[in-house]
Amino acid sequence: MNAVTASPNPPRSADPSPRGDERLQRVSPLTALVRRPELGAIGGLVLVTLFFLLVADPAMFSLAGILNFMAPAAQLGILAIGAALLMIGGEYDLSLGSMVAFAGLVFAAALVSWQLPLPVALLMAFAVAALVGAVNAQITLRTGLPSFIVTLAFLFILRGLTLVGLKWASGGATQLRGVREAVEGHWLAPLLTGHAFGGLFAWLAERGWIERFDSGLPKVSGIPVEILWFAALTLLATWLLLRTRWGNWIFACGGDPKGARKSGVPVAQVKTALFIGTACCATLVAVLTVLDAGSTDARRGFQKEFEAIIAAVIGGCLLTGGYGSAIGAFFGSIIFGMVLIGLTYTGIDQDFYLVFLGGMLLLAVIFNNIVRKRVTGER
Amino acid sequence: MGRLESFSPAVPGAPLIEVRDVVKHFGPVIALGGVSMKVHAGEVLCLLGDNGAGKSTLIGTLSGVHRPTRGELLVEGRPADFRSPRDALDAGIATVFQDLAMIPLMSVTRNFFMGREPVKGWGPLRRFDLATADRITHDEMQRIGIDVRDPQQAVGTLSGGERQCVAIARAVHFGAKVLILDEPTSALGVAQTSMVLKYIHQVRARGLGVIFITHNVRHAYAVGDRFTVLNRGRTLGTHAKHEIAMDELQNLMAGGKELQGVSAELGGTI
Repeated sequence: MNAVTASPNPPRSADPSPRGDERLQRVSPLTALVRRPELGAIGGLVLVTLFFLLVADPAMFSLAGILNFMAPAAQLGILAIGAALLMIGGEYDLSLGSMVAFAGLVFAAALVSWQLPLPVALLMAFAVAALVGAVNAQITLRTGLPSFIVTLAFLFILRGLTLVGLKWASGGATQLRGVREAVEGHWLAPLLTGHAFGGLFAWLAERGWIERFDSGLPKVSGIPVEILWFAALTLLATWLLLRTRWGNWIFACGGDPKGARKSGVPVAQVKTALFIGTACCATLVAVLTVLDAGSTDARRGFQKEFEAIIAAVIGGCLLTGGYGSAIGAFFGSIIFGMVLIGLTYTGIDQDFYLVFLGGMLLLAVIFNNIVRKRVTGER
Repeated sequence: MGRLESFSPAVPGAPLIEVRDVVKHFGPVIALGGVSMKVHAGEVLCLLGDNGAGKSTLIGTLSGVHRPTRGELLVEGRPADFRSPRDALDAGIATVFQDLAMIPLMSVTRNFFMGREPVKGWGPLRRFDLATADRITHDEMQRIGIDVRDPQQAVGTLSGGERQCVAIARAVHFGAKVLILDEPTSALGVAQTSMVLKYIHQVRARGLGVIFITHNVRHAYAVGDRFTVLNRGRTLGTHAKHEIAMDELQNLMAGGKELQGVSAELGGTI
């Protein structure tokens, strides 16, 4: 067909494929966009932003206001990225929230009770996370039970162990203090707590480019480190998913584990790595928040497993696995942070947050279902 | 790691794959009670058998899923012992199972290279070379006359026949010498069946050996060179195409009279 229709000077020389197909309707940019799993989350973010632009105090979208909602979004988002990858791989981890508390206990106890240096405490916390992740994975893989049930058991086991451990470490309380003092001045601490780019912000304030107090100091002293971790993790996860063999294996494991195994994908290794990765995300959140608060307590990470899964679903992950994106989870988490904090900038009762949570989940699942049918051409 | 006894060289002119008196027991069940067959290069061997004849077990043995209880498996004249599907693949025996091992939500390219992704870069920056993968997928599909409009489109959007062809093309691309097709036409309509049969014909022309498993004599007769009939775990002999007519084959497969009776009742339409 090209021999007949091609002109000597094709107008679209940028077309990568010299062989066209007359049966193909040109994929419109809109259809191509609908195929992206993160579309729903971006649409949701636009809607939520518009809502708060109309309703909320304009201070919400000042630099300080944005960082204000980005910090909780980042804490949830780090969990959501881990949960999203695991969901794409076809499994759930309901022990995520309890893992935050348990890792917080291990980390704080190592620093405060055993007076260990920060790197050792970090190593211990992540080693415990890897162990819990591996145990979750092994039980799920060997018994063939749904990970939903296996990790539900660990939701309780880890929460209970945290309570017992805290009482033991603190002599009867459910809170362990003195973490900040233990890491004071350590060279690793600035990577894990406080604000980054302080110098840059001071310089910007000097120039008058960002808001400053009368003393000349900037109103925002820097970007909270958790936001940087969140962004870095999103980029890493996206690259992993879309540009590496492991990414292909993750999609394959979630899409059809039997088919994947027949094609030579090491399904058990991939799933184990995903469970460990998720537990490590929980541990990173534990470390960041424990250092930030200077203490750890038994309720840390409470119900975060559900919020993380909801953020992943809003981000386009299918409950059945095999489809989703890390960028989607990124935007899903920002929607969460925005609503949680944004409501305080409005006259709306803050407890509507929970109503919103449920509503958003429902909408996202319905929307994802439609998208899946589009993608697979189901009718 | 291939389980071919590597010290014995390939015997020239030997069949690509030969099965001698293979017996397979599952506990007390005798699934295969002595099966023999062989496939040469550039030949389509049809393996016919009704449900329960032992077709699946035989495929399992050839593809490394089961190890035979007794009997010999020869690949190009050399004795082989497959301990896993990987061993069979390494020996050049690729099986396209009925479920195709294709994931509907993933793109054609990602399915094509699943588990065998081309990579570029070193160390932690080693990554899936998607551009190359897309190009190869597009070209391979073009070669067999299927326009994968966009290699990034999900496999779920392809028709059943196209999916079957992608699965076969994948096996051929990754160096299969013997292709085992497990009922590739059983769920397809007329047009799509002829698409798949045409492709089997093409694969044979490229010098591969094909084992085509089916219980549809018509489909078998359309592309087969020789026919081996399996009944209750035993081979009832192998016939070249010129030696046997289609209805004889049908009767042989059904194991004789019973079906003739039913067939007569239904006006000879089976």
